[in-house]
Amino acid sequence: MWEWIIKFASPMHFYMLVNRLAPWLGRAAGVLLVIGLYGSLFYAPADYQQGESFRIIYVHVPSAWMSMFIYMNLAVAGAAGLIWKTKVSDAIARSCAPLGASFTFLALTTGSLWGKPMWGAWWVWDARLTSELILLFLYLGYIALQSAIDDRRMAARAGAILALVGVVNIPIIHYSVIWWNTLHQGPTISKLDAPSIDTMMLIPLLIMIAAFMCYFFALVLVRARLEIIEQERSSKWVQELVLQQPGQSV
Amino acid sequence: MKSISGLRAFTALLQRDLVLGLRNQSDLMNPLLFFIIVVTLFPLTVGPEQSTLQKLAPGIVWVAAVLASSLSLDGIFRSDYEDGSLEQLLLSPQPKILLIMAKISAHWLLSGAPLIVFVLFSGVLLYLPDAATWTLLVTLLLGTPVLSLVGAIAAALTVGLRSSGLLQALLILPLFMPLLIFAVSAVSNVSRGLSVTGEYYFLGALLTLALTLAPFAVLASLKVRMA
Repeated sequence: MWEWIIKFASPMHFYMLVNRLAPWLGRAAGVLLVIGLYGSLFYAPADYQQGESFRIIYVHVPSAWMSMFIYMNLAVAGAAGLIWKTKVSDAIARSCAPLGASFTFLALTTGSLWGKPMWGAWWVWDARLTSELILLFLYLGYIALQSAIDDRRMAARAGAILALVGVVNIPIIHYSVIWWNTLHQGPTISKLDAPSIDTMMLIPLLIMIAAFMCYFFALVLVRARLEIIEQERSSKWVQELVLQQPGQSV
Repeated sequence: MKSISGLRAFTALLQRDLVLGLRNQSDLMNPLLFFIIVVTLFPLTVGPEQSTLQKLAPGIVWVAAVLASSLSLDGIFRSDYEDGSLEQLLLSPQPKILLIMAKISAHWLLSGAPLIVFVLFSGVLLYLPDAATWTLLVTLLLGTPVLSLVGAIAAALTVGLRSSGLLQALLILPLFMPLLIFAVSAVSNVSRGLSVTGEYYFLGALLTLALTLAPFAVLASLKVRMA
């Protein structure tokens, strides 16, 4: 098993793997998104209190999940890069950051759109909104550090340390902010044994989360592939790859 | 040649940094001056009413302290990086964690500790009652070392970069939010006659966490940057 992992940690094999994997992940994301959107807009019943406007949950909750999930990915890939010094994990970590920042922004925006009819304000200083905003700042700090350091390897490793410091801090930030102020409705599906959401509403939500996951993985692999190609542009296999393309010259 | 022990290297480095800091008085005074000017801006903008200022005081003092501290971060490693002594530090046989702790302690003694004295003045300027001022002092005593410790990570990550000052602030300010929450809530608890032990414990826990983890992160960052 280790051999298999080590094999795909080499940039060339990673490139080949992405070539095969990314299109399928993309298609899966598309199909799941269509099913999930149909389910969330037509199959799921309207909420007895919030009416139709609750349906924004189908974008809001998956983005909020992705925002945290991607930060974990960023930190794990960064740690792997620090420990094993693999170029692929550096590339993955770097590709995670803009996607994570976008999902965080999406979660904040949809939360704001949802908050206006429900709470009567675009923004409230609620604990979960605030910690999501701080998460956005952490992502933007990571991106700022990446763009400040010219050397790619050094930028990736410095970013990895920053991401790990962030991971230690995120739970502290989260709970201190909860203690500070809470208005947000309680988590709907994190209680795995008995979710406080109807199954009819839950199924489309899970499909949407799966769609977001596939979309993220497809995109992060394609972005990482681009990073790899750019990083390895002077290596032999990339040169050969370019020569294979019709009408291209090095 | 026999190399000196880790503890002696710690005191030697601490002494050197303190002497350097005390001789360079503008570097010492500028953050403090900045702190007191920021505090002065608030009565001018939100109005001089005693009740408003009393309510805002802990927040104002802490925000000013965090900003002043993040302005002085750049100095922790910059001059050592420029003259090459940082490289020597990383090559020395003594435990590097101790040496980094010496640098961070010197930064705290030169930037955090004098700030605590200035807080007494700002307490007067903002009409803070005595009890609240003392609580504010305790929160700063527990909190400003965290500012130096966590700030040193950002300073190490950006050492040698042009215009690193603003970048450092961007990297660490989000991490200070729990600190601000507990510190300010302690002071407002005192003003309302509530207990502050819980907040003190949280601040102490944050300090312990920063004390045990931050030096390792600083060391790793310096190694990455000097590679």
